[in-house]
Amino acid sequence: MTAAWTLDGLKAQRGKALVLDGAALDVSPGEVLGVVGPNGAGKTSLLRAGLGLMPLEAGRALLSGRPIAELNPVERARLVGYLPQERRLAWNLPALEVAALGAPDLPPGEALAVARDRLDRTGAAALADRGVLDMSGGERARVLLARLLATRAPLLVADEPVAGLDPDAQLLTLELLRDEAARGAAVVVTLHDLGLAARACDRLVVLDHGRVAAQGAPMKALSPQVLAEVFRLDGALVETPAGLVVVARRRGA
Amino acid sequence: MRRLELFLVLGLLALAAVAVSLGESQFSAAQYHQAFADPASPPGEVLWTIRLPRVLMAALIGAGLGLAGATMQGLLRNPLAEPGVLGVSATAGLGASLAIAGGLAALPGAVEASALVGALAAGVVVIGLAARFREPEVLILFGVALSAFAGALTALVFNLSPSPVATAEVLAWLMGSVENRDLTDLARALGPMIVGAGLCMYAAKGLRMLTLGEEAAQMSGLPMARLRVAAVAGSALLAGAAVAAAGVIGFVGLAAPHLVRAAVRDDPGRILRPSALAGALLLVAADLAARMIPTEQELKLGVVTALFGAPVFALLAWRAARSWRA
Repeated sequence: MTAAWTLDGLKAQRGKALVLDGAALDVSPGEVLGVVGPNGAGKTSLLRAGLGLMPLEAGRALLSGRPIAELNPVERARLVGYLPQERRLAWNLPALEVAALGAPDLPPGEALAVARDRLDRTGAAALADRGVLDMSGGERARVLLARLLATRAPLLVADEPVAGLDPDAQLLTLELLRDEAARGAAVVVTLHDLGLAARACDRLVVLDHGRVAAQGAPMKALSPQVLAEVFRLDGALVETPAGLVVVARRRGA
Repeated sequence: MRRLELFLVLGLLALAAVAVSLGESQFSAAQYHQAFADPASPPGEVLWTIRLPRVLMAALIGAGLGLAGATMQGLLRNPLAEPGVLGVSATAGLGASLAIAGGLAALPGAVEASALVGALAAGVVVIGLAARFREPEVLILFGVALSAFAGALTALVFNLSPSPVATAEVLAWLMGSVENRDLTDLARALGPMIVGAGLCMYAAKGLRMLTLGEEAAQMSGLPMARLRVAAVAGSALLAGAAVAAAGVIGFVGLAAPHLVRAAVRDDPGRILRPSALAGALLLVAADLAARMIPTEQELKLGVVTALFGAPVFALLAWRAARSWRA
C-alpha cells in the first residue's frame, strides 16, 4: 500500500536557523501518527515543509507517492486536508458556512450538504447557524474539525488540534480523528500531552532539534531514555486500566 | 441576500431621483414638466446635463470605492482596511498633484491619467509585497509607509511650486468633488472601473477562504496567489479610477461594507456587491448634502465624507480594540 505521506531527510531553515535537520515520517491509510517533541523541536515546521508551505533545503516530500512540488493546488487539496495551529477566524460566519469551506471543489449546495454531515459527525449540528466568533473555544474546535473532515482528503494533518481545549474536548477531538482513521484516512497530529499522544496514536515520531530522536509504537518511542534525553524528564510510560499515562518529574528535581 | 441587493438598488434609484430633482436652482412643477417634455429647455439642461451626470458620477465613484474597500477588508482580514490603507489614494493624489503642478491641467484627461498611473504604481508595489509576504499586517504597514511617503512628496510639490494658483488647484482637487462632470468623464472612468470590479468579483471565493487564515486558504485547493493578485489589482484599479475621476474621497470604502456586513452575516465574498451598492448610495447622499447645505463656497465632497467618515473609523477602531482586549 502506498503511504499517504512520506517525508524523508527534510532540511529547512527559518531565517538563519536550521529548524529541520533530516526529519522524516511516513503514514499509511488507517493509521494515526503522532508527532511529539519539546517546544522548538520542529513539529510545526515538519508539517509545513512537508506540505509545501515552506521551502525545503533538502529532502523528499511525497503525497500518495507523488512529489509535493509537482502537484498543483487542486491536486494537493485532493490529497491532504490541513488544520493549521493558527486558528484565529477573521469573520463571524455561521458554522455551516465555515465547515463548507472545506469543500470548495463542490457546487455550493453539495458543499453545504457535506458540511452539515461533518458538523453532525463532530457533534456540532446544533451549532450550524451560530456565528463562529460567538462560540466557546471547544465549540469552535468542533466546527474547524468539521471543516477539516469536509475536505474528504485521504490524509488529514492537524497541528496541535487540542491546544487550549478542556479535557473532554481534547478526548473528543482525538476520538473523532481516530474515527476518520477507522474510515480509512491517514491522520497526523502534533501533540504536547505525551500521555494523550500515547493513548490516541498508533505510532509516534519524537522530534528533537529538527531530527527524529525516536519512533515506533508509543511504548517504544517514549522509552525512559527518550523521556530523559529529549524531554528532560525522569519517568516512564505506564499502563493503567484507563490506558497509557506518563509518570515523570523534571530531571534532577 | 437578494432581498438586500434589491432593497439597496431601489433605495439608490429613489435617492438618485431626489438628487437629480433637487439643487441650487429650485424649479416649479411646470418647470419639471418642461424638463421632461423638452430636455433641451433650460430646466431640462440643468437636470439632464448638469445634475444627472454628477449624480451618476457620484454613484459610480461610490460603488467603486465601496467595492474596493470590501475587497481590501476581505484580503487583509481587517474591517478597518480601505483604499487609503494600501497607499493607493495617496499615490493617486501625488500623481494628480504632479500633473497639475507640471502645468498639464489644461490637457484634457492628463490629470486623470496621471492619478491612475499613481494608483497603479502603488498597486504594483503592493502586488509585489503581497507575493513576498503572506501576512496581511505587513501590507498594512507598507501601506502606511507608502501613504506617508506619497504625502511627503505631495507636500514637496506644494513646497517647490512657484505658482500659488497651481497649489490652490492641487488643494482643491485633493479635496475631492464630482462637480461639473459630464458624460465623457463618466465614460472615461467606466473602463477601469469595470475591469477592477470584474477582478474583485473573481477574487470573492478567495476572500471567503481567507476567513480561515493564510495557511488553511493556501492548502484549500484554490489558486490563492492568483486570487490575491486579482484582489489587489482590482481594488487598486477601482480606487485609482475613483481618485482619477473625483479626487481623494475617503472613508466610503470603510463605511459602505460596514453598513451591510450584518445583513450578509460577515461573509467577505457575499459582501462585495452590497458594498458597491451601499457605497453608491452613500456618495450620492453625501454629494446631495454637499450641494444642499447652504454655505458661501460649495462644500467639497471629500470634505463631507471625511467629516462623517473619520468618526465612523474611530468608532470601528474603538469596537475592534475592545474585542481584542476581551
